[in-house]
Amino acid sequence: MLYAVLCYNSEDAVGSWSKEHHDDVMTKLAVVQDGLARAGRLGPVARLLPTTAATTVRKGRDGPLVVDGPFAETKEQLLGFYLIECASLDEALATVRDLAVANPGTGSYEIRPVSMFRPGAVAP
Amino acid sequence: MNELGWVEHALVAARPQAVAALLRYFRDLDLAEEAFQDACLRALESWPANGPPRDPAAWLILVGRNRGIDGVRRQSRQEPLPAEEMLSDLGDAEAALAERLDGEGYRDDILRLLFICCHPDLPPTQQIALALRVVCGLPVGRIARAFLVGEAAMEQRITRAKRRIGEAALAFDTPGASERAERLAAVAAMIYLLFNEGYSAGAAEADARGPLCDEAIRLARLLLRLFPAEPEIMGLAALMLLQHSRRDARFDGDGAIVLLEAQDRGRWNRTAIAEGLALLDKALRHRRRGPYQIQAAVAALHARAARPEDTDWPQIAQLYGALETVQPSPVVTLNRAVAVAKVEGPAAALAMIEPLAEALAGYFHFFGLRGWLLQQLGRAAEARVAFCRAIALAGSAAEADHIRRHLDRLERAE
Repeated sequence: MLYAVLCYNSEDAVGSWSKEHHDDVMTKLAVVQDGLARAGRLGPVARLLPTTAATTVRKGRDGPLVVDGPFAETKEQLLGFYLIECASLDEALATVRDLAVANPGTGSYEIRPVSMFRPGAVAP
Repeated sequence: MNELGWVEHALVAARPQAVAALLRYFRDLDLAEEAFQDACLRALESWPANGPPRDPAAWLILVGRNRGIDGVRRQSRQEPLPAEEMLSDLGDAEAALAERLDGEGYRDDILRLLFICCHPDLPPTQQIALALRVVCGLPVGRIARAFLVGEAAMEQRITRAKRRIGEAALAFDTPGASERAERLAAVAAMIYLLFNEGYSAGAAEADARGPLCDEAIRLARLLLRLFPAEPEIMGLAALMLLQHSRRDARFDGDGAIVLLEAQDRGRWNRTAIAEGLALLDKALRHRRRGPYQIQAAVAALHARAARPEDTDWPQIAQLYGALETVQPSPVVTLNRAVAVAKVEGPAAALAMIEPLAEALAGYFHFFGLRGWLLQQLGRAAEARVAFCRAIALAGSAAEADHIRRHLDRLERAE
């Protein structure tokens, strides 16, 4: 089963990380990612620019309306996502626990089973 | 890594909102700051054990408010902190408070907090120091290092600034639209000033002053989240991100200045460029042009050029022309002359800057450019005079060295 892991955290808190702290967290997360990759379970990984760079298109009665900023004002923002292959929810939970241990503190991971996935052809 | 790292970061992130709300509550900056410090101490005790609260800012505001009330009541700061069980019912209260915080209120709170740092009675350096201390929460020692003064002197500077705004009447009612726009403009100017303090530092001071650029960008993002549809704030953030993206390429190993066209573009920070370009794209959709957006558009043309020779100089010249109409100044004209030199040649640029001689008589870059243009035109003697004047006016050793290298080349060419 394919799962999307949506990473939420306080943008301000992450934005105040020192370079050392940032590199340290990324190194620890890379260990988890490498394990998944070796097992052939790691799909696309994306890190998003801050929500201040976001634009939202609302579907309205008079056609699409462009709004600056993210879709919703939330305490923790969607900062990135993974697609991972897991045999079960338990396996997904175990993987996400590893991510949480690698990057402890504030924030949450939402685990959403994927109903349809097309790999597409884009590689940045 | 510091085990408590995440608590520190959560406190830094919550600080502007929490201090701003406590300021509205106590109507006194010192009380608000003390209440926040108290709440932080509680957080350092409780969060590592209990995990972070759902809404750290709301938690800190609530605890800070209670502590502040105690403090006001007792007028004593020597009391021990209350027992942990007094906080046991914080969960519900926090949720209710968080609901109330979700209004327009906290936008104006934070804007007010930033705005009092920009009080017109305060000289610019005090404005910046105050914002760094109160809003960003930087330790006084670090601010002092960034401004190349001693810690005691900086402490005094901040205290003086606080006393000054304490004497001024602060408006705590909700600002009207025009007042809000004025405040935003003042805060934006202060943020860009802060950025330039960091950006204008030489390589030797980069470690102490570089963080000022990061803080300025953080403040701009904070402002943008509060006012997501303000194109000039988008432009300001874009401008700073695009300029800051070049930080690793601006100096060589010896700390000498590397000009834009000589920089290794592979060392420009692509993530910062991507964010800057995205913000500029968003801003331009509003079709409400302003000085920050125009300057960001210039920076974007540099960022988009894969090689120096790909730079769209005619467009840059046009943008500086647009900037001259909205914000005329001799320095803007000087910048336009640089672009004109690239497009039409040195003679046209020299003719453009001659009328600026009086206005820019004390400006390093004027003589640097003048010397360079004269050199292009083969007028070596006049170029030497201009370069010597530039060296005398240099703001840093790196600037002076840079011009000296020009002079050396001039000597060798003769």
